[in-house]
Amino acid sequence: MSYITKSPWLVHYDGSSCNGCDIEVLACLTPLYDVERFGIVNTGNPKHADIFLVTGGVNTQNLPVVKQIYEQIPDPKVVIAVGTCACSGGVFHDCYNMLGGMDKAIPVDVYVPGCAARPESIIDGVVKGLAVLEEKQKAMAIPVKEKQALREKELEPGVAVNKSQEAGK
Amino acid sequence: MCDMAVNIGNIVLGIAYLVLAPLIGGLLAGIDRKISARMQRRVGPPIMQPFYDVFKLWDKQPVAVNKAQRFYIRGFLLFAVLSGFFFFAHGDLLLVIFTLTIASVCFVIAAYASNSPYSQVGAERELAQTMAYEPMMLLVALGFYLHCGTFDAKEIVQSSAMNFIYMPGIFIGLCYILLIKFRKSPFDLSMSHEVHQELIQGALTEISGPTLAMIELAHWYENVLLLGFVYLFFTWSPVWSPVVGLAMCAFTYFSDIVVDNCCSRVKWEHMLSSAWVVTLVAGFANVAFLMYMR
Amino acid sequence: MFLPGLLIVVPLLAALLVFCIRSGGARNFITIIAAVATMALSVATAATYLGQPCFVSLPGELPSTVIMAVDIIVALAIFYYTMVKFKRCWIGLLELLQLAMILWFEHGAGHGIKVAADLAIDNFAVIMVLIAGIIGSLIAIFSNGYMEEFQKEHPEVEDRRPFFFFVIFLFLSAMFGLVLSNNLLFMYTFWEITSFSSFLLIGYTQTEEAINNSFKALWMNLLGGVAFAAAIVWLGVQYQTVELSALLKLGQGAKPVEMIVALLVFCGFTKAAMMPFSGWLLGAMVAPTPTSALLHSSTMVKAGVFLIIKLCPLLGVNHAGMMTMFVGGITFFFASCAAISQSDGKRVLAYSTISNLGLIVLCAGIGSYAAAWTAVMLVIFHAISKSLMFLSVGTAEQQLESRNIESFDGMFCALPNLARCMIIGICGMFLAPFGMLISKWAAMKSVADAGNPVLLLMLAFGSATTLFYWTKWLGKIAAYVPAEKSREPGIHGVQWLALKALSILTILACVAFPLLSQHGVTPYVSAIYNTTADVISRSNLLIMSVMAVLIVLLPLGFSAGQKQKMVVTNLAGENTGDNLSYRGVAGKTVQVSLRNWYLEDWFGEAKMQRYGFGLSLLCMILAFAMMGGGVFHV
Repeated sequence: MSYITKSPWLVHYDGSSCNGCDIEVLACLTPLYDVERFGIVNTGNPKHADIFLVTGGVNTQNLPVVKQIYEQIPDPKVVIAVGTCACSGGVFHDCYNMLGGMDKAIPVDVYVPGCAARPESIIDGVVKGLAVLEEKQKAMAIPVKEKQALREKELEPGVAVNKSQEAGK
Repeated sequence: MCDMAVNIGNIVLGIAYLVLAPLIGGLLAGIDRKISARMQRRVGPPIMQPFYDVFKLWDKQPVAVNKAQRFYIRGFLLFAVLSGFFFFAHGDLLLVIFTLTIASVCFVIAAYASNSPYSQVGAERELAQTMAYEPMMLLVALGFYLHCGTFDAKEIVQSSAMNFIYMPGIFIGLCYILLIKFRKSPFDLSMSHEVHQELIQGALTEISGPTLAMIELAHWYENVLLLGFVYLFFTWSPVWSPVVGLAMCAFTYFSDIVVDNCCSRVKWEHMLSSAWVVTLVAGFANVAFLMYMR
Repeated sequence: MFLPGLLIVVPLLAALLVFCIRSGGARNFITIIAAVATMALSVATAATYLGQPCFVSLPGELPSTVIMAVDIIVALAIFYYTMVKFKRCWIGLLELLQLAMILWFEHGAGHGIKVAADLAIDNFAVIMVLIAGIIGSLIAIFSNGYMEEFQKEHPEVEDRRPFFFFVIFLFLSAMFGLVLSNNLLFMYTFWEITSFSSFLLIGYTQTEEAINNSFKALWMNLLGGVAFAAAIVWLGVQYQTVELSALLKLGQGAKPVEMIVALLVFCGFTKAAMMPFSGWLLGAMVAPTPTSALLHSSTMVKAGVFLIIKLCPLLGVNHAGMMTMFVGGITFFFASCAAISQSDGKRVLAYSTISNLGLIVLCAGIGSYAAAWTAVMLVIFHAISKSLMFLSVGTAEQQLESRNIESFDGMFCALPNLARCMIIGICGMFLAPFGMLISKWAAMKSVADAGNPVLLLMLAFGSATTLFYWTKWLGKIAAYVPAEKSREPGIHGVQWLALKALSILTILACVAFPLLSQHGVTPYVSAIYNTTADVISRSNLLIMSVMAVLIVLLPLGFSAGQKQKMVVTNLAGENTGDNLSYRGVAGKTVQVSLRNWYLEDWFGEAKMQRYGFGLSLLCMILAFAMMGGGVFHV
């Protein structure tokens, strides 16, 4: 039984957005949407998190910061890019310092489009992210030798992960 | 022979504590979150949520900022468990409090060890918290000694009258500092549980995964031990008194949840000064009374 | 072979040799031989006399004549320093007053007094001998390496090392004499020698601050000496005896000796730096570290509490006892609060010493069986841990060029072994299951039994504040700041010897607590109170010993467990990668700087001094006034 889907903690980071998606994320925590009933907690500390919920795009200043936060999150982890800015840079895409969406910095697992993304979409995205998390958890649990054997048989467990990444786009 | 039976009985109780306390502690934490959610007109997580949290944390990749943290947290867990074991098996109150002190020192050192600003402030606040509640904790043990003539928890629960009647001031003091020890508002300065944030995570900032699970577990053990202190006030010789004791434990815990949801976090100066004033007034008055009675 | 005689003579001989032979290598050699010999003699004394207390009478007129001569020599030396060299004549007058009283007494009323026992060798004296012998010798050995570095680092200080070691050994000799004396005239002489040694050593660096502080120490100690002389004269004139044991018998026989006891206690207060006389101990921190370790934490100040503990059975619910209790309690609490606001390592240690001495005096003042037991235990454990702490801080100061605690972070990585010694020292000072904590446990019980709510409060609050400043320090050392290279090569072998020996001693003494109690302290206390009991139950002591072993073994599992992925810490901006700096606004790199809390508004030194001094002074004045009224009324 994978407990990670029952207790997904998230850390929220705003790259370079207008803060609209951030407010929608906060709305999810309010009694109306109440994501805590799924065990979701906004910890704000990457070291405690399983889900990296990013809004806003990547620019030259926050590129190393996003990478650093991503590095600090222990495995298994998923990245959920919320809002059009996180997906592709959105309305700020052509600005002089913008590099694009979050996938320019870190590997993204789930894309949640919208400007601003609605709380229902965000929750939906998180739930999809949980499925990805569960697969990653299973992959982590496989001992190293078995992984090598599987790789040799050209049956990478990561394939399922890539599939859901494709589906999310 | 009777001694042997008593000793074996003690050990059994101690082992029961070792096994049951995490379960009880986790359920208490779950009930806490559920009630808080309902007070905020939300649905809230399932009661078993803390267990899911701990299991999840246990399976995470171990991430750390240095090798020393995990060692100190292990010490924290070990001594928290040990102090609870002493309470239920052996029963000397001062021994329990001193062991608990070692545990809190280990925790503070773990926070200091990471040399990060948020951790450091969390550690300082945790120390200020400890300084705030320590006098009252000692007065609780000494109050029992003055009233019952012993530090032994076993004998205290067998006293001839309900201890609370003679020690109301000390009980009020204990309730006040329980808010600090349970890490509830208004005194949850050093590290915040679950949904709250304070300086990222305060003392817990640089701690992750399995180590964090150990801290959560240690807190469950500690909470059961603290409720054990409350139990001492309301249990005496009649066979049916444990019901009263347990009911009061539940009531105290519930009131703490209510206070948690009503109050906002205070500054450390306020916490320290108010805790000491309560200790001085309620604790001192009660202790003076007990000494006079002797 | 008369062991006590050797104990006094051997260090004296070493002192003279070290002073006359000026070669450095020879001095090191003599120091080590003398230290080892002293240690061996102390252990031999313990082996011979532990459990077999005895009184020794020195035959003939010679000992008293020698003592008289020494009194005059010391007085002349003090006159020289106060009146001739440094022109502080009023301090010289204090000494004149003392000397006059003693000389008058010796040649007048006291001349015909028969002395039944000049020396008393009981368990407590043996314990003090062991403390002075073992810890003192280790510190002497430590000083070899430390003073060499000290002179190198402070070329502006005149190299008076022969003088330094002369005084150290002279002091050790006097200390042995002090704890073994039963004849108060003997004790008085040795007392004066220790005061004078302290004065000489504090002024070692001969800076203006050092000289001022040394005179502060001298006048406060001499004030105590005046009280001591007055007590001797009073006792001799009224009761025709100069023996401590006789005084105890008189008091236990309900004779009115309260004022004499109070005067002796007052003398102990000045030596043990009770408030308001604590200023001299803080000022003494300008002296080189071995001085602080030897005189001002583990041995000389213990002489002050030694006298008070010896008077235990006569204290308790009377005026002298109440004064002792309250001055001790007030000092304990306020000194412990003041330590929170200090960041200079030696000042924290000084306040901690004053605070712990206050606790010992508090227990002695209560005067019950349990309290006396506690007081002796505290003496033992405090001596060991505090000397270890002072030596560690001194060594750290030399290597890190600062003794401010704020510069100790990273010690865990740059000076790992020293950090470990310091951690053991700190844990030994306040953490269960180490000896100091167990003693505090017993102290709480004793105070609760004594029925004094104010003292109980002081004890509870004082324990909390003690926890704060020690854990703060511990945290600073434990901070993991990777260092490029270890700074340990600069530390001398003899320094390591002393540090490691004391660390092992701290742990051993703690593990062997039940044995210490059963064979060392309890027989002494039982003999005095004619009763016996377990202050802390055997089972609890056993649990503590097991926990001590656990704590020692725990670090073996330091690296055990799954391999952890190392990541950077959360800083207020992008971590540059080494956890020591981050990128702040406008791309500037900002260094991480972490500082402990000092709570100056709450526990500032001036505030604590005001309250502490005021309250203690009030206690003393009230007590003496009430006693004085009673005495002169009669």
